[in-house]
Amino acid sequence: MSAPDITTNRPPALASWQAVFGSWFTAYKRTWRGSIFGRFLSPLMFLLSLGLGLGSLVDKSTGGVDGVPYLQFVVPGIVAAQSMWVAMGESTYPVMGAIRWNAKYHAMLATPVGIDDVLLGHLLYVAMQITGATAIFIGVAALFGSFSSWWVLLCLPVTVLTGMSFTVPIFAFSAKQETDSGFNILFRFIMTPLFLFSGIFFPVSQLPAFMRPIAWVMPLWHGVQADRSLALGTPDFVAIAGHVAYLLVVIAVGGWLARRAFIKRLVV
Amino acid sequence: MTDPHPDLLLHATGLTKTFGSFTAVDGIDFAVQRGESFGFLGPNGAGKSSTMKMVGCVSPVTGGVLRVFGQDPATHGPAIRARLGVVPQKDTLDEELSVQENLWIYGRYFGLSQREVRARTEELLDFAQLSDRAKSTVEPLSGGMKRRLTIARSLISRPEILLLDEPTTGLDPQARHVLWDRLFRLKRSGVTLVLTTHYMDEAEQLCDRLVVMDHGKIVAEGSPRSLITQYSTREVLELRFDTDDHAQHGEAIAGIGQRIEILPDRLLVYTQDGDAAAAEAHTRGVRPLSALVRRSTLEDVFLHLTGRTLVD
Repeated sequence: MSAPDITTNRPPALASWQAVFGSWFTAYKRTWRGSIFGRFLSPLMFLLSLGLGLGSLVDKSTGGVDGVPYLQFVVPGIVAAQSMWVAMGESTYPVMGAIRWNAKYHAMLATPVGIDDVLLGHLLYVAMQITGATAIFIGVAALFGSFSSWWVLLCLPVTVLTGMSFTVPIFAFSAKQETDSGFNILFRFIMTPLFLFSGIFFPVSQLPAFMRPIAWVMPLWHGVQADRSLALGTPDFVAIAGHVAYLLVVIAVGGWLARRAFIKRLVV
Repeated sequence: MTDPHPDLLLHATGLTKTFGSFTAVDGIDFAVQRGESFGFLGPNGAGKSSTMKMVGCVSPVTGGVLRVFGQDPATHGPAIRARLGVVPQKDTLDEELSVQENLWIYGRYFGLSQREVRARTEELLDFAQLSDRAKSTVEPLSGGMKRRLTIARSLISRPEILLLDEPTTGLDPQARHVLWDRLFRLKRSGVTLVLTTHYMDEAEQLCDRLVVMDHGKIVAEGSPRSLITQYSTREVLELRFDTDDHAQHGEAIAGIGQRIEILPDRLLVYTQDGDAAAAEAHTRGVRPLSALVRRSTLEDVFLHLTGRTLVD
């Protein structure tokens, strides 16, 4: 061991949030093989069961939804919904674990890294996961003829925003949890109903009138609507801009809540 | 602004930390010079860890003044942390990653380039005697190995001060000695060590100077030797009896030595000459199960200052 070197006043080789991102990415490199398999498997299962299985029944009896084949109706919605599931997986246990179990965040905060770096670096890592999962899903679904327009490529950024509109508030929620029982509530009473009633499998107009506003308030419906209009090649860009703006508002409010929750838990 | 006292690395005046109505650190003063090895000795709950977290700029100061490298943690946290190495009480290693990956990601938190981090990793794993485990995951390593890895990790940024919060708690005696040896090397190479411990032998081995803490306050300060001289006697006679209540034997040995402490499991006689005290007790007809003469330690200092033993 040499004596401490006190002349290292060089500019850092990378920003703190990049180092945080790198830390999560290093861990991912150990497990990506298993996760990438699941990323391919989940769209295949949805396509076979809902798109092709249920879809052929729907198309035979009603001629699709509003004249659109059921496969093309349902798949853009599931693309949006999958981003919610990925967000849930990446933002619950990993966040609570980094605070309560392995103290990963604490290790970071003992260095020049600050709370905002911890939050930003981890959020960007989750965004990367959502981007990868969505790209794979769109790619696999395209092979089955699920889309009728190249506008579907714009579904990628819209879906990432949809996923992040869940990720960021869930970060705030997870930071506050003492045990994982809250995640069951999140899963059963929020995610699952949203999945079923956000206009993915049937238009929200089929819902009883009192339930529709609930779908409209939740970010998933906005993601589904925007994705579907793009994938069907009938984009109404004013409406899409509205949906995207709504998602951005949810992300901004969630970011404020997450930052507050992180400070409360990590700065004592 | 240049620091007027470049070798005064750490100083605190009236430093206080409260959690709600509980006062963890109650207005303490201390100062640490460059190259020193400084310790906080005290039982669990004395406020040592709270103090370390404030010094480490991860826990805000409630009251008083704290300066690290002449800077205020409230306004210069990241700049101060860039010059600190931290060994927390509980290891915060990434157990799923390999030994070397743990060092790599940690070095990056300090903004070090990939090449720099890899070069230092090799050097540090050698120092921590973990080179042959570089590629194995952390999870199956022994407690002593994990602790050495945490220390290696804390050195990746070449810190000016190394903060060690109970560095050897929970380790077996052999692992502790290996760790002490490593810390002693660091100390010799000029790294300033600031550590907390509730082990007297650890404080005596590693600290040039220490403060004794109890209930959030500093109750004594000095070198291990000067504290023993000031608050204890040269030797201690320990008497154990085959009895439930050791207090009943206090009367029989009253007046022997300078002072007597009655503990649940033994009697301590503080004296300049332990053998003479043992002979005197024997003359009085005291027949203990065992009689042991030993040198005074910091444990005796603590017992004298607080009336309690350090480790229950």
